[in-house]
Amino acid sequence: MTGTSGSPVLEVDDLAVQFTRRGEQPTRAVDGVSFSVAPGETIGLVGESGCGKSVTSLAIMGLLPQRGVQVTGSVRLDGTELLGAGPRTLRTLRGKDMAMVFQDPLSSLNPTVTVGTQVTEVLAEHRDMTGRAAQDEATELLDRVGIPDPRRRLGEYPHQLSGGMRQRALIAMALACSPRLLIADEPTTALDVTIQAQILELLRELVQGSGTALVMITHDLGVVAGLCDRVHVMYAGRVIETADRRPLFATPRHPYTGGLLGSVPRLDTGRGTPLTPIRGSARDTIPWSQGCAFAPRCDNAEDDCLTEVSGSTVPLEADGLRRELRCRHPLHATPAAAGAPAGATAASSAGASAGSPSTGSSSWSSSEGQQS
Amino acid sequence: MLRFIVRRLLQLIPILLGLSLLLFAWLRALPGGPAQAALGERATPAKIAEYNETFGLNESIVVQYLKFLGRAVQLDFGTSTRTGRPVLDEFLDRFPGTIELTVAALVFAIVIGIPLGYVAARRHGGVVDNTAIIASLLGVTIPVFFLAYLLRLLFAVQLGWLPGSGRQDVRIDATHITNFYVLDGLLTREFDASWDAVLHLVLPGIALGTIPLAIIVRITRAAVLDVVNEDYVRTANAKGLSTSVVRRRHVVRNALLPVSTTIGLQTGLLLSGAVLTETVFAFGGVGSALRQAISDRDYSLLQGFILILAVVYVLVNLLVDISYGLLDPRVRTR
Repeated sequence: MTGTSGSPVLEVDDLAVQFTRRGEQPTRAVDGVSFSVAPGETIGLVGESGCGKSVTSLAIMGLLPQRGVQVTGSVRLDGTELLGAGPRTLRTLRGKDMAMVFQDPLSSLNPTVTVGTQVTEVLAEHRDMTGRAAQDEATELLDRVGIPDPRRRLGEYPHQLSGGMRQRALIAMALACSPRLLIADEPTTALDVTIQAQILELLRELVQGSGTALVMITHDLGVVAGLCDRVHVMYAGRVIETADRRPLFATPRHPYTGGLLGSVPRLDTGRGTPLTPIRGSARDTIPWSQGCAFAPRCDNAEDDCLTEVSGSTVPLEADGLRRELRCRHPLHATPAAAGAPAGATAASSAGASAGSPSTGSSSWSSSEGQQS
Repeated sequence: MLRFIVRRLLQLIPILLGLSLLLFAWLRALPGGPAQAALGERATPAKIAEYNETFGLNESIVVQYLKFLGRAVQLDFGTSTRTGRPVLDEFLDRFPGTIELTVAALVFAIVIGIPLGYVAARRHGGVVDNTAIIASLLGVTIPVFFLAYLLRLLFAVQLGWLPGSGRQDVRIDATHITNFYVLDGLLTREFDASWDAVLHLVLPGIALGTIPLAIIVRITRAAVLDVVNEDYVRTANAKGLSTSVVRRRHVVRNALLPVSTTIGLQTGLLLSGAVLTETVFAFGGVGSALRQAISDRDYSLLQGFILILAVVYVLVNLLVDISYGLLDPRVRTR
């Protein structure tokens, strides 16, 4: 686990993104998300499709469309506020200080432009490198991300590369200016499992030692387990549990986190044993203003989850680990005890939290901070 | 690539065979037959018999067709009954005019169409966009002969700003080398003749270019709207590239792929003879010759022109396919 020494590279505070369409109710895709990333740290934003993790990353990069989108809150990169910054300022930061790797490497590369040009254009834009120097640097970059015969690859088009190679090329472009922050949005989803492992290993190597902060956006808990120092689990636009990797996997507290971990198929379960999915679908939510969005799917839900605001923050400090939770009836300390009465847990956690200050680098939005 | 070209050229053979068969059958099926058409309604039976004998029309249909094919392969399409000149010579005289007109129409359509389509897409839903959409709908639906007459009436007859008929002012005594009048003027340094030929191209070019213009606007607009939402444009923006690089290298280059196909197909159509436009402007190209041939019942000319135009059409389409391979690397390597 990497320490979080030094001032954070990225601080996201109470970020909210609202989509407005003419004649329709506005949709809150991201609702009061706060977190921070220290140099060299890797955090995971985890959740199922539609939970707002990708929108969060696009909002940080300033890549959301201008029309019909309202972004509020604060995003600071090395202390510089990005929300409300002009497009020109953002262009000078993107690709240089903050970079992004996308999900589908084929569609994320321009099919009619050579890989070489797509790498060197970043160098030309931010490092004033052109011609021979840019070519050499691009070769170097492709070599660094493990593309064999890089000189030849520069002249090839994306469709001539394999899937893994394309993602490596995208990573090379993202790292061309040694950014302070790298956001990887499901970088391995479109790849074979063996290639996935290679790409994750590559990202880890490249981030390690360079001091680059990595935000890993994924729905894959395997990726989180292998890479992330700290994990933020998102549901319906909000972070519902934050913890360091080990405690999160060992003792998930939020019923949703528990459900995510429980639904992963394991080799040691007997054949024919049904998987344990989270019941319902991500559409079965209620607005956060009416209670807990996860309540309709939650086995632990009680009446108060639906009737009153349950956006309470329960900062925990158990075993010296930094933990935050948005639940009134969290799971027991161990996943095995998930079926235990919830009341006791709530009471004990409330007791444990009394008077203990939050030590996490991230803090909850206080919009609904009703302490339990 | 070579195999592709050869295959496409081989495909030309069945197309031309089928077309020649159709043309041949059409000619035989006409009431009165070729003799009647050539000699007129009051031709005596004796004259008709003599005509049939001379042109081998008494032989069996199969033999006639094979003989026709045999001559056509050697580029002998017979002689025009109106002018008495070989059909091929007639074609070669007139085709440069049609090419010039096609180029004029395409220049008009492309120079206005692509920028307009781009702006419409970038101002999606705005005034420019809606105006462009309505105007292009109008452009596609307005009958060409009507538009041609309007243009001629207004700008040539009423205002007298531009010439309204012919390819060049008859008072200009220009030397013709290639029969491309604009090019001839440049070659012989008779620049006023060149300029006059250009002026003669303006109105027919606009009339003929309106439909391609409308199509190009729509295709460009749709293509740009598609491309700006592509992941690779997002990647380009995420790389912090300047707006002009994103636009040029990532949006326009990809959006022009479908546009170039459309332009190619339109070129083939325009080259096959703009009968209506050329007729309105008395433009001495292939189109007006075709109309003349129909009213004169000049069947050998019709037959020859249509066959040659079919070859031109297929060859232009082949060129379009080849150029598409040059523009899109994904096609090239396949």
